[in-house]
Amino acid sequence: MKRSNVATQKFIQGNEAVVEGALYAGLGFYAGYPITPSTEIAEQLAEKLPARGGKFIQMEDEIASMCAIIGAALTGQKTMTATSGPGFSLMQEALGYAVMAEVPCVVVNVQRTGPSTGIATTVAQADVMQARWGTHGDHAIIALTASNLQDLFRITVEAFNMAETYRTPVILLIDEVVGHMREKLTIPAPGEYQVVDRLLTSVPSGIDYHPYLPREDGRLPMSDFGGVHRYNVTGLIHDMWGFPSTDPAVAYNLIHHLVDKIENMELEIARYQEFFTEDAEILLISYGSSARSALQVVEDRRKQGVKMGLLELNTLWPFPAEAVRRNSAGKNYILVVEMNMGQIYQEVKKAVQNPERVYLANRFDGIFISHNDIGKVLNLIQGKGV
Amino acid sequence: MPVKRYLRQRFFPQLWCAGCGHGQIMASLIRAIEELGLQKNNVVVVSGIGCSSRMPGYLDFHTLHTLHGRALAFATGVKMGRPELNVIVPMGDGDASAIGGNHLIHAARRNINITAIVMNNNIYGMTGGQSSPTTPVAAKSTTAPLGNIDPAFDLVELAKGAGASFVARSTTYHSKEMQNMFVKAINHKGFSFVEVLTQCPTYYGRKNEGVSPTEMMKKFATTTTSIGSPKKKENPELIERGVFVDQERTEYASSYCEMINQMRKQK
Amino acid sequence: MNTQSFVFTGSGGQGVITAAIILGEAAAIHEGLNAVQTQVYGPEARGGATRADVIISTEPIHFPKVVNANVLVCLTQEAYDKFGRIVQPGGLLIVDSLYVRATKNTEARQVMLPMYETTKKEIGNPVVFNICVLGCVLALTWVVTPDSVLSALKTKIAPKYVDMNSKALKLGLDMGEKWRASLGPVAAQKEAAKIKKS
Repeated sequence: MKRSNVATQKFIQGNEAVVEGALYAGLGFYAGYPITPSTEIAEQLAEKLPARGGKFIQMEDEIASMCAIIGAALTGQKTMTATSGPGFSLMQEALGYAVMAEVPCVVVNVQRTGPSTGIATTVAQADVMQARWGTHGDHAIIALTASNLQDLFRITVEAFNMAETYRTPVILLIDEVVGHMREKLTIPAPGEYQVVDRLLTSVPSGIDYHPYLPREDGRLPMSDFGGVHRYNVTGLIHDMWGFPSTDPAVAYNLIHHLVDKIENMELEIARYQEFFTEDAEILLISYGSSARSALQVVEDRRKQGVKMGLLELNTLWPFPAEAVRRNSAGKNYILVVEMNMGQIYQEVKKAVQNPERVYLANRFDGIFISHNDIGKVLNLIQGKGV
Repeated sequence: MPVKRYLRQRFFPQLWCAGCGHGQIMASLIRAIEELGLQKNNVVVVSGIGCSSRMPGYLDFHTLHTLHGRALAFATGVKMGRPELNVIVPMGDGDASAIGGNHLIHAARRNINITAIVMNNNIYGMTGGQSSPTTPVAAKSTTAPLGNIDPAFDLVELAKGAGASFVARSTTYHSKEMQNMFVKAINHKGFSFVEVLTQCPTYYGRKNEGVSPTEMMKKFATTTTSIGSPKKKENPELIERGVFVDQERTEYASSYCEMINQMRKQK
Repeated sequence: MNTQSFVFTGSGGQGVITAAIILGEAAAIHEGLNAVQTQVYGPEARGGATRADVIISTEPIHFPKVVNANVLVCLTQEAYDKFGRIVQPGGLLIVDSLYVRATKNTEARQVMLPMYETTKKEIGNPVVFNICVLGCVLALTWVVTPDSVLSALKTKIAPKYVDMNSKALKLGLDMGEKWRASLGPVAAQKEAAKIKKS
C-alpha cells in the first residue's frame, strides 16, 4: 500500500476545507456569528487567521458580520463570512449592498433544514432560490457548491477568484452533510491553484479616478480606502463617481451592468462535472451532498447494465443552462436529485428541450437523501413500482 | 478658514432643507479635522441612511454611505482592515439608536477606535417626520398625531451604559464647543460618542414649535447648560452639555494587532 | 474492491466520535485508503445515543453514511437497543459487557468484552476507554495497523498523553486477539479471513 505525504494531507470536515481554501486564496478578514451547522468555520478561523496576520471578529449578529466584511473589503482585504439559514436571511440586505456597490467578498451558507429555525442540525438544500433572489431588486449573483472536500477546497478558492474578477459577492452554498463530513483533503502547494488578486487602478494620484466606470473589458479596477483616490461608495443608484443619482439613464445603465457582468459570463462561470454522461440514456442532475448519493446510484445501476450518467453542478448561479441543455439532449429522461421541493428541478425544466421528461427525486425532511431513495423514484418512473 | 477645501463641490448644492442643522455640524467637523491636521487620505467617513447620512457624499475623504442603522458595523470592518485610518461615523438619532441600537452598544462595548456622531433632531426627517427613539413624550409626529407616548432614550446615558470610553454632548448653537468636542473625540483612543442636538425645522419644528430655524437653534442656549452648572439645580429639566466620560481603556483594534504579534512570536 | 463500514455508538462523552475520526484518519492519511466519517449531530450528541460512522475502502466512497454496518460497536444499552439492527448478517457486533446486556437475536457475531472495566483497572483512567475499544476493533478486523492509529492519535493529543493512549490501544488489541484465539485455531483463521482486508 502506498504511503502518502502526511504533511499536505488532512482528514478534516468540509467546514475546515472551506477554511483551508479561504486561507489559500488569501483571506485577510473574517466576521461571523455562531450558528449551527457552520460554526466550525468561525472557530477555526479565530485561531488560524491571526496566526497568519489576518483578522477575525465575532460580531453582534449576522447583519453586522456581513456589513463588516464589506467595510474591510474596501480597505483592500479579501473577506468572508459564514452562516446558515436564519443568519443567511439576516444577511440579505447587506448582500444586496455588496452587489450594488460591487464589493468583492465571499458568503458561505451551510444549509440546514428550514424554513425559520427549522431543524438546526439536519441537512437541506432549500436556500438555492434564496441565494438567487434573497435580496431585493433586479440583480445577478454567483453561487457555487461542491460534494467532496477536494472540490470544496478548489471551489472555495474559485469563489474568491470570481469575487475579485467580477467585483461581486460570491455565495458558497454548501450543506450540512458536506460541511460536517470528514474525508481526506490534499492541500495543493502555493501556486498550484490560480489565485486572483485584486485588480487595482493604474490611475495615478492627482488624476480623477472613476470607481464605477468599467474598462473596455468590463472590469472595474479598485482603489483601497486609505489610498490616494478618495471616492464615494453607496447603496443608492449611483454614477461613475459613486455619487447618488435618480437619473433614469444612470439607473438603467447601472442595473444592466450589474446583471450583464454576471449573466453574460454564464459559460465562463459554469463549473460542473460529467460522470458517464456520454452514452447515458438516463441523466441524473445533482449538486452538493445529494450528488454523492446520485453517483452511488449511477455506479450501482451501471453494474446492472443500465446506461446512466450524472451531471454534477458546482455552479448553481448563474444557472449553467448550456451545460444542462447539452447533457440532457437525447436522454430518455432526466432526474434531478436535490434536498428541497424542486428548486433546481424548475430551472432544469426551463433549460431543456423536453421539460416533460424531467423528474424530481428529493427529500426535505432533514434526512440525507440516499441511493435507495433515488432508486425508488427511478423504479416508479420505469413503471416498476417502489 | 478654507472649509471648501474639504468639500466635493461637484456634488453641490446639498440636499438638506433650509435651516437644517446638519450643515452646521458638517462645518464644525471639517474645522475639527483641519485643526487636527489630518491628511484627507487618512480619514474615512461612514454613514447609514437618513438626512444625516448624506454628509459623507459631500466630504472629500474616503466615504462610505451604507445601510440604515449599519454604519458602525461597516466602520468596524474598515477599522479592522486598516487600523491606522481615522474612522468617523455621522448618524441620525433613529439610525443610531433604533435600527442601529445593537451595533451602537456593541461598538461601545468593544471600545473600537471609531468616532460616532449622533445628529439628534428628535425625528425621522428623510421619511417625512415620524417618531424616533429620541422624540420627547407628548411631541407630535406623523406617527404620533396625538402626541408621542413612547419614552425617549437619553443617548448619553445609553452610550455611557454600553461602555463608551468618551461620551460628550453639544448643540448646533454651540458650534465652537462642538468643534472642540470633535477634536477631543477624534483624538481619543477608543470608542468616542458625541451627541449633537440639532434642529429639523421642516418636520419636528413645524409640528411642535412653529418657530423659525434660527429660533429653534437659539432655544438650545436656554434649554441646555454646561455640566456642573448651578443652573441645573435650579431647573432639573435643563439638558447638560460637555464631556461626560473621558477614560483610557484597552482599544479593540490595537489589542487585536498585539495578539497577532504575540502569536507570530510564539511560532 | 473492498469496503468496510463501521458504526460506533454510545453516549455523549464516551469518545465514540473521536474513535471514529482516529480510525478514519489512520486509514486515509496513514494507509492511503479512502475514508469518510460522518456523525449524527443534535440533541443526541449531548447525552442520549451518539452515533459516528466510518467507511473505509480501496475505492472512492460516494454515499457517505453507513446503511448496513460490517462492524457495529455499542457502548451503552440505549445505543444497542437503538442501533442494534444496522449490523449486517455475518458482521461483527462489539459491545461493552458492563454497559450492555446483549439480548438481540442478530445474525451478526456478538463480541462481549469488558472494555470499560479493564481500562479502568489496568490504566486507572476511563478517559481512554474509547482507545481501548478501537484496539479491540483493530484486533478483530485488522482494517488498519495499530501503528497507523497511533500516528493519527499523536496529531490529536498532547505528548504527555501518548503513553496512556498507547497502553489503552494495546489493552484493546490483546483483548480482541484473545477473543479470536478462543474460537480455536481453525475458526480463528476463518474469522480472520472473512473480515480481513484483501
